[in-house]
Amino acid sequence: MSTHHLCSVCASEKGVSASAPAKAPLVDFLAQLGKAGEAESERQPLDPCPYCGTTAADFRRTGRLGCAECWAHFDAHLRGLVRRLQGSVQHVGKLYVHPGSEIGDRLAQLAGLRRRLQRAVDTEDFEAAAEFRDRIREIEAGE
Amino acid sequence: MTADRQPLAGRGMAWLTGGGNEAEIVLSTRVRLARNLQGFPFPIRADAEDSARILERTKAAIAAIESLRDASVWDVADLDVREREILLERHLISRELVERATLRPAHAALVLAGNDELGLMVNEEDHLRLQSFSAGFALAETWRRLDRLDEELGALLPFAFHHELGFLTSCPTNVGTGLRASVLIHLPGLVLTKEINKVLEGISQVGLTYRGFHGEGSEVVGNLFQLSNQTTLGKTEEDLVEHLERVTGKVIEYERSARSVLLREAPTVLEDKVWRAYGILRSARSLSTGEMLNLLSGLRLGVSLKLLPTPRVDTLNEILVLAQTAHRSREAGSTLDEPDADVARAAYVRERLAEDEQTSDGNDPPTRDMN
Repeated sequence: MSTHHLCSVCASEKGVSASAPAKAPLVDFLAQLGKAGEAESERQPLDPCPYCGTTAADFRRTGRLGCAECWAHFDAHLRGLVRRLQGSVQHVGKLYVHPGSEIGDRLAQLAGLRRRLQRAVDTEDFEAAAEFRDRIREIEAGE
Repeated sequence: MTADRQPLAGRGMAWLTGGGNEAEIVLSTRVRLARNLQGFPFPIRADAEDSARILERTKAAIAAIESLRDASVWDVADLDVREREILLERHLISRELVERATLRPAHAALVLAGNDELGLMVNEEDHLRLQSFSAGFALAETWRRLDRLDEELGALLPFAFHHELGFLTSCPTNVGTGLRASVLIHLPGLVLTKEINKVLEGISQVGLTYRGFHGEGSEVVGNLFQLSNQTTLGKTEEDLVEHLERVTGKVIEYERSARSVLLREAPTVLEDKVWRAYGILRSARSLSTGEMLNLLSGLRLGVSLKLLPTPRVDTLNEILVLAQTAHRSREAGSTLDEPDADVARAAYVRERLAEDEQTSDGNDPPTRDMN
């Protein structure tokens, strides 16, 4: 078996058809996840977010998180969802430093390296990717 | 920054000029960024006091930014129903912002700045939705303009940011970059040659998605599609924008070749179709929005292929927005229900097409107040 990356035009020319984009809103998607994950959530009942009071049921119903803290509070449950929705759980875009905050060079350096690693992977420059990965590990180990 | 209460007349129409690259196929380009302020619950959980403070802080930041000095701010709750509909018809605000404004006091607001090429929705699904609009196909430029606004606002307002997940948003479909770039593209050639489904399938396979002219959840009407990135995490902003640019470029090529096929294989059928569309729009006494959008598609195609001498592309864009019901109601000075709106719409379209015929003898059109 071989893998081909086709652009839309080539895909159309070759008659390759993909499933139509999901038209169902996120809420339907979450409801389905809820069914599949019932056993798991029964084992691990989640407390509401301590900051804003959003519950896992609220999130399943609305598809919306209530605050930035929800992301930390529901982290274990959100990671899988984000991976399925986004195909990634690592931001490689703009690095943001809060106004007035003194975030050290390390964080900026790590974000920059992750961005370059992603680009190297995208362009299939595996030698460079390995180098970036090693440097990221070195910095992370030095925490 | 100007006072809250000021007329909306003619505002937010910069994307209708009919200019820009590939203007015959791509009507407009827009990019938005979702941002939230650290320390406040997201709008779904924010109370009136939180929302008021978010709007106040945003206004203060805008006032402190040189390039936003000319910004106008409207609290959507202060606008009457028709004005809200007008903003929706101009694609400046979302249905969600309008719905939140009805939960008074939600402090849901619209900000327009920089010749209306930049905007903000405040207290929508996220605290801030930064928006940038351009006529034609101009992704790189539209993104750069928005990126500058993001840098300026982010230096004054503390955005919610996570070192792994990026910018935190209320919905997981926006987390990371918070970026949604889109192009409004007219694809009658691909629809008529029945190639459109293959292209749309191809688009979804490469991480893009599409919507109709009226945005999320809307049906495709008038052969107008909004192509945009599906995911917001795991790629840089530049990569997301460049990817959409590259794929849109391919779709444009594909649309051109479909139009060539139509001209070669069925010139008479095509000519008949666009002239019939012109005839109906020039003569009809009642037009639903859907029928109008489909017929305007024929005109746009006809003008682009030089099968029709008029109207100009900017006239077509203007009709697309100004012939909608809320705009006609404002013109009539009363809220028009459906049959009356259809009659008013038909009259307006006839008038604009007639004007365009008279001014298209090689002369520059008269300056017109686009309200």
